[in-house]
Amino acid sequence: MRLTLALIALLCLGITSLFFGVSDISPLALLSGEADEKAVLVLLASRLPRTLALVLAGSGLAVCGTLMQMLARNRFVEPSTAGTVESASLGMLIALIISPNMPVMGKMAFAAGFALLGTALFLAILRRIPLRSVVMVPLVGLMLGGVIYSVAAFIAYRLNLMQSLAAFESGDFSSVLRGRYEILWLSLVMTIAAYVAADRFTLAGLGEEFATNLGLNYHRIMMLGLIIVSMVTACVVVTAGVIPFLGLIVPNVISMIMGDSLRRTLPWTAILGAGLVLACDIIGRIVVWPFEVPVGAVLGVLGSAFFLFLLFRRQSRAA
Amino acid sequence: MIEIRDVSKTYGSTVVVDGVSLTLPKGGLTAIIGPNGAGKSTLLSMVARLLPMDSGQVMVDGLDVARTPGDALARRLAFLRQDNHMVARLTVRDLVTFGRYPYSRGRPTREDQGHVERALGYLGLSDLSERYLDELSGGQRQRAFVAMVLCQDTDYMLFDEPLNNLDIRHAVGMMKLLKGAAKDFAKTVVVVLHDINFASCYADHIVVMRDGKLFLQGTPDDIVRPEILSSIYATDFAVHDLDGHRIATYFT
Repeated sequence: MRLTLALIALLCLGITSLFFGVSDISPLALLSGEADEKAVLVLLASRLPRTLALVLAGSGLAVCGTLMQMLARNRFVEPSTAGTVESASLGMLIALIISPNMPVMGKMAFAAGFALLGTALFLAILRRIPLRSVVMVPLVGLMLGGVIYSVAAFIAYRLNLMQSLAAFESGDFSSVLRGRYEILWLSLVMTIAAYVAADRFTLAGLGEEFATNLGLNYHRIMMLGLIIVSMVTACVVVTAGVIPFLGLIVPNVISMIMGDSLRRTLPWTAILGAGLVLACDIIGRIVVWPFEVPVGAVLGVLGSAFFLFLLFRRQSRAA
Repeated sequence: MIEIRDVSKTYGSTVVVDGVSLTLPKGGLTAIIGPNGAGKSTLLSMVARLLPMDSGQVMVDGLDVARTPGDALARRLAFLRQDNHMVARLTVRDLVTFGRYPYSRGRPTREDQGHVERALGYLGLSDLSERYLDELSGGQRQRAFVAMVLCQDTDYMLFDEPLNNLDIRHAVGMMKLLKGAAKDFAKTVVVVLHDINFASCYADHIVVMRDGKLFLQGTPDDIVRPEILSSIYATDFAVHDLDGHRIATYFT
């Protein structure tokens, strides 16, 4: 019931996103069939793809954040604090160097492969840290991300590709058009896969020994989680670029309100993720109208504030 | 029957468990005691296949734990560690329901729900079932974990220091519960204990480890003797007969 209400709210945001923009499209005119061809074209070729892309990317990244927090067993981990997105960007860059006209599937494969390796490296480093303090884990991830990014930056600088790299790094949906976002449906498939295996990821969040005791193959779950996370991240980075902090904010809010039994919470995580990205994108379209602030920047501001809130909250609890 | 055959575990140059061979009979409550660093927890982790052994073999009812599929073993043997740090926020009921995971794969049937309710009731957690684990006291949380293990409904239940965090009332309650499970439901319970008097009063069989090796085993009457306890713990002991139980004192 409450889930239905949430879906209706999400639908309202989606409709707002469809009809809000520089080019004026009136829903009434559209329904009465009086809209001109240009308006229909804008709607179908730009607004609809953009809105769908926002929903798919938002829900996918939020679910990924949850999975990573379960796998790393740390509340501060998400694709942009674990080296995942930097690795995906590096993969994109390599794809661009090897063949500038590579089809989007190829770029995606490179990005996903690198994201997988980068995230696996992060988890491997975590296993070797003797004192896994809560704040240490995202710090390690941010540093690893920094190192990977600097490798990418070095290559890009040498080959005059800094501009392309900057484009991957800032999440922006303004250039999403029909024919350039469809790969995100793959991210939807992965998000659904995450839901199907939800119980296993909850168990992984209880720890390797716990999961093993209940008869689960922990390494297989780890691998499945890594594949889902890197595919979704790669899809989003290829189409829109990095959207920071989303995978941090949404899972933490959901966990505070309704815990972490993922079978129950993942639908909420997906809806809240989609809604938040839609809202931030609409805000980005309003603040400097008729120009746009990329959604990555809006979320960056919100997310940093939320990150600090989480840190302070944890400290006051410990005290 | 659990057969432990020549099992060893080494960390770097430290031998933690050194060629232990031991047969734990089916049924009854076995207590493993010994000084700190004797390898008790490590041995139990290897029996529960949570830690790979460097050499040796463990058979549970004829199944080699290193080779048996995880879910088949999870219906036969359950293990509870002493500290369970977790990032996932679960309610007591969520956690206990996961005890049925080896049977229901996350889609609990009505029969599974019955197991969950019984386990919650057994540990006096019915009123707390919707609370989150991080809102509970250490003792309540410990009981929630034990409820989950009971829910797993395995023939063999291994506990690593289950009395940690429990006050006297709940510690006694826990030992009675484990003893009851062994007696009334013909379960095999293996417990690592630090308090030798609990071992003396509740165990059918006591296994003593020291320096990674099997030091002694026998009934409480065999083990709870001043000269034997002194040689295990390097401390002076006196043993008193109180109402048919052998109680060791070592405080002065």
